[in-house]
Amino acid sequence: MAMTEGHKSSAGKYVVVYVCILAIAALQFVIAYSNITGPQMFTRMLILAVVEAALALLFFMHLSDSRGLLWFVVIFTVFVLLTLQYGWTDSFRLSGGVPWAK
Amino acid sequence: MSHADTMGGHAGLMEKPAFAIPAKKMAMWLFIIADTATFAGCLVAYGFLRNATPNWPRPFHSITNVAIMTFILVTSSLTMLFAIDAARMGNKGKAFNWTLITAGGGALFALLHVREWLALIDEGMTLFKNPWGTGLFGAAFFSITGLHLLHVTCGVIALVAVGIRYQGGRYNADDLEITGLYWHFVDLVWMFVVPLVYLLNLGHFGH
Repeated sequence: MAMTEGHKSSAGKYVVVYVCILAIAALQFVIAYSNITGPQMFTRMLILAVVEAALALLFFMHLSDSRGLLWFVVIFTVFVLLTLQYGWTDSFRLSGGVPWAK
Repeated sequence: MSHADTMGGHAGLMEKPAFAIPAKKMAMWLFIIADTATFAGCLVAYGFLRNATPNWPRPFHSITNVAIMTFILVTSSLTMLFAIDAARMGNKGKAFNWTLITAGGGALFALLHVREWLALIDEGMTLFKNPWGTGLFGAAFFSITGLHLLHVTCGVIALVAVGIRYQGGRYNADDLEITGLYWHFVDLVWMFVVPLVYLLNLGHFGH
């Protein structure tokens, strides 16, 4: 609906979300220089990226306005992401350089 | 001629739009879901390769360029929202200007990206080999960032095209919002590319 009358500006809300996303992105850069193991770094960065993405989805892409669409998007996306993990066990097996090891 | 006339007076019997959103917007959401699968496939494959390859290189020595690129892209999402906000309030000129500023941000991002690519190529990195470790790194890096850069480039073109048509009265605020959805998605993908492809490959220490 191309509404033009009676629309209230949401600029203030957008700026707040924008600052939050930038702050989370900055935190990722800080983590990149912290002295932790690779898996710890990966986990922390991925969690922060998911939070960033959630903020963008909910407030920039307005999924918070439509609960039905929100579930539609989340369920399909999570399903695809989960099915993509099917090969990970093989990745760990390959990491030892012995592809056909027990 | 109204929509009801074209439907032979049966418009009232038609199914309501899915999730009560316009069909064009729904189409964009379906594209975004499909594109999410594409990027997820690339990033998971990259993770698979990285995990299975002992001599995975970490060629990045500075975060300055990627930090600036991130700032520009996230800011361009904000300016896109300002454009849609202005369009919803009927301020056509302002909406058009913010749309062009968004496209400008995207173009700047693309330029910085190309500059970064050229610097890496100059250091000897190609799709198949690099001086630091497995040649798979170049394939993974250029594939993922290249796919994203392609999306940014298409987004810039779309923003300019839709902005001009909006300014000319052929498109409305909905069309601007739908293009904005695509632009935010491009931003959202970058939120995963930065930590996984850049920050995890910083070569300052081994972990």
